[in-house]
Amino acid sequence: MIFGLPEKEFLAKGHNACAGCGQLLAIRLALKACDKDTILVQATGCGEVTTTPYPLTAYKLPYIHNAFENAASTASGVKAALNILNKKTKVLVLAGDGSTFDIGFGALSGMFERGEDITYICFDTEAYSNTGIQRSGATPTGAWTTTKPEGKQIKPKDIISIAVAHHIPYIATASISNQQDLVRKVKEGLNTKGPSFIHILCPCVPGWKIPESSAINISKIAIETNFWPLLEIKKGKYILNYKPKKQLPIETWLKMQGRFKGISKELIKEIQKNINKRMKTISPFVNEPTLCPPYQKANS
Amino acid sequence: MKKIAEASQAIADAVQLCDVKVVPMFPITPQTHIVERIADKIANKTLKAKSILVESEHSAISAAIGASATGARTFTATSSQGLALMHEILFIASGLRLPIVMAVANRALSSPINIWADHSDTMAQRDTGWIQLYCESSQEAYDTIIQAYKIAETCSIPVMVCIDGFTLSHLWEPIETIKSIKQFLPKFNPENKLNPNKPITLGAIAYPEHYQIIKQQQQKDILNSIQTIKKVNSEFKTKFKRNYGNGLIETYKTKDAEIIYLAMGTTCGTLRVTIDELRKNNKKIGLIKLKTFRPFPTKELQKAIKNAKIIKVIDRAVSYGNQGPLFTEIKAITDKEVHGFITGLGGKDITIEILKSMLNKKGGWI
Repeated sequence: MIFGLPEKEFLAKGHNACAGCGQLLAIRLALKACDKDTILVQATGCGEVTTTPYPLTAYKLPYIHNAFENAASTASGVKAALNILNKKTKVLVLAGDGSTFDIGFGALSGMFERGEDITYICFDTEAYSNTGIQRSGATPTGAWTTTKPEGKQIKPKDIISIAVAHHIPYIATASISNQQDLVRKVKEGLNTKGPSFIHILCPCVPGWKIPESSAINISKIAIETNFWPLLEIKKGKYILNYKPKKQLPIETWLKMQGRFKGISKELIKEIQKNINKRMKTISPFVNEPTLCPPYQKANS
Repeated sequence: MKKIAEASQAIADAVQLCDVKVVPMFPITPQTHIVERIADKIANKTLKAKSILVESEHSAISAAIGASATGARTFTATSSQGLALMHEILFIASGLRLPIVMAVANRALSSPINIWADHSDTMAQRDTGWIQLYCESSQEAYDTIIQAYKIAETCSIPVMVCIDGFTLSHLWEPIETIKSIKQFLPKFNPENKLNPNKPITLGAIAYPEHYQIIKQQQQKDILNSIQTIKKVNSEFKTKFKRNYGNGLIETYKTKDAEIIYLAMGTTCGTLRVTIDELRKNNKKIGLIKLKTFRPFPTKELQKAIKNAKIIKVIDRAVSYGNQGPLFTEIKAITDKEVHGFITGLGGKDITIEILKSMLNKKGGWI
């Protein structure tokens, strides 16, 4: 047991994900934030196929999987039914970056806009891992994927800013290297009235070409390089949860992963520039909290 | 009670009577009046339900799945492109065995874009595992929604209630309303649902050793729903004094008929008049209205055409590269002479003259 983590487990042992999978660890941790009175809605992806091979299931909570692109709207249906049946049950969505950034983007936006009391977690492996590591809207600049073997040349979508633009009351980033923080944030999301969005970086062993034992360490370095700042945005107010004592160069993180092998010096420079630029836009909010446009009140 | 209602209003009234709890809504012509009238009922609190104003039809059916799986009686409505956008999720609704009822205002599919009636939209969804019921009048639309919930919840199969766009969806005519259906439709309380006290996993992945077994069961159950549809129709007749044939097909003057027209939806109304006129000239002609297209009532149809010489099948849809979908299905169940006609696409009027002209033709586009 890790100090400060709830002992309860809603993800049973025996799922068939790859050894060292970052996503399954993240799901396990996220479910520690739940109580029994929670319904799970999961999008198609690694997290789904590895946990629910009929007639078995790894989930100890009521669970529905519908399709790849509609976890958010399925959750809206679940929530509407709970509301009208006078039940206080929480609804938690588990989805990958493909479902969130790309194919389910419209459904997610609709769910945010409607202000429904649903917590949506994006487990970001930065590629379509389940189908064999294809490029997604979340794939970072420079990364190899099977559909962009020469490496992605453009920037990924800034999903956090997109979530902020929907004026939802709670948004956070989390990491499997900071487990108490991750569980706390999911709990906060579940306890926030209205939509909440939690974005968790999930190293993918075959996708990132990393050793099975490295997911947590790589997540740690992602934070130390500011590639993955730990953030919370509460009612439009940015909070930086952790500031590295000395920011490590992004090259440290890139070098740990086979998917960035052969990346050009120019591209590394550009990635570093983008990280620094982003941190500048976040940092002022930290020292001097600034409100974004009015956050949305939950209508449910 | 008698009232004058648009079929869309009649459907909304039936939804209210069925005490539907969740209604995902997305506009598309000519369906929109249905969800608008339901929205009115929710706003003026005559219907205690939750609407979900989704951002697409794909999300409407997805939300319907979530709501139904949580144990709420669920309704939605769509048409044409909207139904086509739902296509992928229709299979999931039936595969998960969720008793959703959906009204479809039948409309042509693009391209060219066209908002008027034909059956291309629902015909394209015939293999999705949904029961499909077609209506001829506002009254039938009203009654069929009520029956649809009973059928869906008895068989755990979703039901599409199809009404011709504009021709019926926007048609005002008198309907007889029902005061209470409590004795007919029990409260919806499914055994398998998303329930924290009894957690289940819905939508698991099935490997080859299980997939076909599950799908075979689904096929068996939808074929068996023929009995349920018949039973619900006769129970409805006992309680409310109205029926639509045996619930599967309705026959009109077929007893001595040598030629039988076979059609679905509002065309049947025009056909009744046509047949009456032709009968004045001693022509032995009858009509089979196919109300239930899925499951396909093979035995009942074979029995109904037993004494006829020629069957004239009217399709308001085309299977491009083959023929009318209804025509090919009728051909497959009989050795008799079957003439397939394609007409009424994209709202093209199906007049008495057109129907009469079929007598002198052996099939084709009119």
